[in-house]
Amino acid sequence: MKQRNPKSQGLAYKRLPRRALILGGLQAAFIGGLAARMRFMQVDQADEYRLLAEENRINIRLIPPTRGRIYDRNGQIIGQNTQSYRIVMVREDAGDVDEVISNLSDLIPLTQDEIDRAKAEMRRSAPFLPVTLADQVTWEDISKVAVNAPALPGVTPEVGTARLYPRYEDFAHVVGYVGPVSDYDLSQIEDPEPVLRIPRFQIGKVGLEAKQEITLRGKAGAKRVEVNATGRVMRELDRQEGEAGADLQLSVDADLQQYAQARLAGESAAAVVIDCETGDIRAISSAPSFDPNLFVRGISVADYRTLTQDNYRPLANKTVQGTYPPGSTFKMITAMAALEAGVVAPGSTVYCPGHLKVGSRRFHCWKRGGHGTVDLNLSLKRSCDVYYYDVALRTGIDNISEMARTFGLGVKHDIPMSAVAAGLAPNQEWKERVHGESWLVGDTANASIGQGFMLASPLQLAVMTARIATGRAVKPRLVRSVNGVEQLSGAGEPLAVNPANLEHIRKAMFSVSNDRGGTAYRSRIIADDLRMAGKTGTSQVRNITKAERAAGVIRNEDLPWERRDHALFVSFAPYDNPKYAVAVVVEHGGGGSKAAAPVARDIMLQALYDGTPPLEAYPVGDRERIREQQKRLEGDRRPKARPTEKERA
Amino acid sequence: MSYLEYAVKSTPTGFRKFLYMNWPLTLLLISVASAGFLMLYSVAGGSWMPWAEPQIERFGLGLTVMFIIALVPIWFWRNMSVLAYLGSIVLLVFVELFGTIGMGAQRWIDLGFMRLQPSEVMKVALVMVLAAYYDWLPSHKTSRPLWVLIPVVLILIPTAMVLKQPDLGTSILLLAAGGGLMFLAGVHWAYFAAVIAAVVGLIATVFNSRGTEWQLLKDYQFRRIDTFLDPSTDPLGAGYHITQSKIALGSGGWNGRGFMQGTQSRLNFLPEKHTDFIFTTLAEEFGFVGGITLLTLYGLILIFCLVTALSTKDRFSSLVTLGIALNFFLFFAVNMSMVMGLAPVVGVPLPMVSYGGSAMLVLMAAFGIVQSAHIHRPR
Repeated sequence: MKQRNPKSQGLAYKRLPRRALILGGLQAAFIGGLAARMRFMQVDQADEYRLLAEENRINIRLIPPTRGRIYDRNGQIIGQNTQSYRIVMVREDAGDVDEVISNLSDLIPLTQDEIDRAKAEMRRSAPFLPVTLADQVTWEDISKVAVNAPALPGVTPEVGTARLYPRYEDFAHVVGYVGPVSDYDLSQIEDPEPVLRIPRFQIGKVGLEAKQEITLRGKAGAKRVEVNATGRVMRELDRQEGEAGADLQLSVDADLQQYAQARLAGESAAAVVIDCETGDIRAISSAPSFDPNLFVRGISVADYRTLTQDNYRPLANKTVQGTYPPGSTFKMITAMAALEAGVVAPGSTVYCPGHLKVGSRRFHCWKRGGHGTVDLNLSLKRSCDVYYYDVALRTGIDNISEMARTFGLGVKHDIPMSAVAAGLAPNQEWKERVHGESWLVGDTANASIGQGFMLASPLQLAVMTARIATGRAVKPRLVRSVNGVEQLSGAGEPLAVNPANLEHIRKAMFSVSNDRGGTAYRSRIIADDLRMAGKTGTSQVRNITKAERAAGVIRNEDLPWERRDHALFVSFAPYDNPKYAVAVVVEHGGGGSKAAAPVARDIMLQALYDGTPPLEAYPVGDRERIREQQKRLEGDRRPKARPTEKERA
Repeated sequence: MSYLEYAVKSTPTGFRKFLYMNWPLTLLLISVASAGFLMLYSVAGGSWMPWAEPQIERFGLGLTVMFIIALVPIWFWRNMSVLAYLGSIVLLVFVELFGTIGMGAQRWIDLGFMRLQPSEVMKVALVMVLAAYYDWLPSHKTSRPLWVLIPVVLILIPTAMVLKQPDLGTSILLLAAGGGLMFLAGVHWAYFAAVIAAVVGLIATVFNSRGTEWQLLKDYQFRRIDTFLDPSTDPLGAGYHITQSKIALGSGGWNGRGFMQGTQSRLNFLPEKHTDFIFTTLAEEFGFVGGITLLTLYGLILIFCLVTALSTKDRFSSLVTLGIALNFFLFFAVNMSMVMGLAPVVGVPLPMVSYGGSAMLVLMAAFGIVQSAHIHRPR
């Protein structure tokens, strides 16, 4: 053993224990500091950190609710949820993404655009998150993918729900359509529900879908999931089921709607059928229409351009949004106002020489030679203008305007559709307020025959007719029940008018479409118990100049389409016990008796018979033509949509 | 002081050496390592693989190495000091030339069964060579400038090489351990005062160098310092580790969430949960009680090293024991400061607990020297 050099002398050696203790002391102090820090974090601040940890760990995922379905009055489905298939891919399971995608595109059609979009999304998102490769995939393609699963690692078909409108064009304007929530939508809503932020979540964009959005949407459920640091769901902690949206049943009869839509085809027109007893809207058609399913899927630019550039404006809902001068269909209001004001009696007469001088201006009757001596009944039957100029001047615009409002013109009806127009029933105060000019007698003359400032939508005209027919303030009702709960009836209270006066008007309307010489005599119904009362209207969209009048008014057929008169017809039937009120407006259709009345009569009969009416209901001379028409329309009508009625059961 | 005065007249030989080992230290090391196995089992989701089992095997190996080194007389190790130092320098050069690049730095030599980190070996070799130096140096020369310069150079050579890898954490540890040893050896106060002043100046210079052409630290090193200073500025980016570590640690509370119930570590919010951040897992699952217990075990290890150092009359034994204890202290102090948000993330593992072979083996070998000093102490 080697002898150790003790080196036990010297200053440095003596320092060692002291310095060792100093260093040890420093270390002890540091350890004490660590302990204090640990205590501070784990004891004093533990609750805060515990909270942060929970936030880290727990994520709340929304479960989108099932949207409520929409049925017609007989339980036929109008808006439903179908399973839609899409193909998703999980990057981390796929391995070689490019190869798998190329395998997939050999099987099913994939556009380069879809592929690029999916790849870009994959680069951005976590590797375990599914990325949609193809949306709205057919069942055949899904089967192909399923069969070839071994060659397609990471690719799986997924089922979601998509809105489907199996009645296509028929209900486009009524029900509208849904679409994915846009940034604009979000900006319009104050404090939007979190469910709206789910990607691809669909909300109502137009029509009933939009107006009843809250009812249809339901309540989102939520599940609490534990996630790891990269966001992968490890397990579900608990779940709170949402509430499906409420099912809506419309008052509309899908078959009648379909018929009306088919009958209007080829025109730019609108038709409304109202149940006089309940205010139920049985049909509300605007033609031309469009396929709302196109919008659900995301309409192509070309399709959209076709729709917007069409002169007939398929996207416009003419039934509630379109307002037209009511023309002669307004004459019942003028007459009622005069009768109620007591300025005329039903029997009192006016002489019509073909024109009336009001102030310095001549107001012409549509019949150049005049109607001679006319009373109320004759004036309505023949639609004499001079009679109304005359009585209106005596009644005064304010009385007429008030009467129009009583019958639902110039007031906005409360139905859940987009852009419901209020129309216009002007009075003196209105003109001064809006135009800053005083009301002129000429304005009254114009208003008396539903021209000038006067504007009404087809819905308002139908409501007006229903009110004339029943004497009650019928209110339109579109939604009959929500989740089976019947909604308020639109039968309404009796109107504050003399029923006897109303009876005179109804009688005159009966003459219009039943007496020889009545403007709608040719469109009469001859089934005795279903007789129809009506009124034609032809509203000008242009001024007829003096020069033109002198040269002879140009016939509608010779004018360009957009300058032709609007054709209108309002009617109710059966006369004895009114069941339905119908209003038809054919834009630039020419004369109301020729263009609108036959359409209204056909729709009325379809409604009265709840299906194709027998030819016996038509005048003998028309039957052959009507038979042809029925055959043609039957062919036109779209076959019923694919059977998905399992859902309803 | 009875234990300190406990005297055995002759150095034990043969199997009797086992009896004279520092057994409390051995038991403490085994308990700390066991805590590590438990945590590695937990962070693997209740599985011995992939971490706990290899760690146990390595600890077994380490224990064997410790016993073998303990049985060899301490003067042999003193004589080996210079060789160990030179060997470590060679290894550092080797790793510089052929090392495996990991985490943006050249640190490892792949030996096949384990990855050797020469900077770890250097920590012990530096302590040894400095202890041998001061053992050799006549004590009246200790504070003479020339005799101070030699150990400074001995410290700076490996420090510079480690810094170049780059491994800022280890180079700072080398500096601190070397400096600490010089302090223990009795170098005059004035030198330390001067060095501390110089370091403050250097730090200021380093910070001023940022963004200039002669930038002294890599950008990531600056970023680590930035995020240390204010981790909340970038909670999902660079400050993520510190923030998550603090959340996990703080949420442990008094008793912790229970064994294998630590949500933050189990759900991967914690980075490096089996190596640098294993203390966070321990503190989350066993709370303040568990953390303090581990800290106490570490403290006891230091105390028993101090006991060994003060009970020997051999200068080399004292210095090397204290130097190893200081190294050990620096390890866990830096690591714990880091996970508690008191120091930047520098990548220093928790000694005996973190997963990792070479650090543990080197430490066990170092404790073998401590044991050898204890057994062979002149009495």
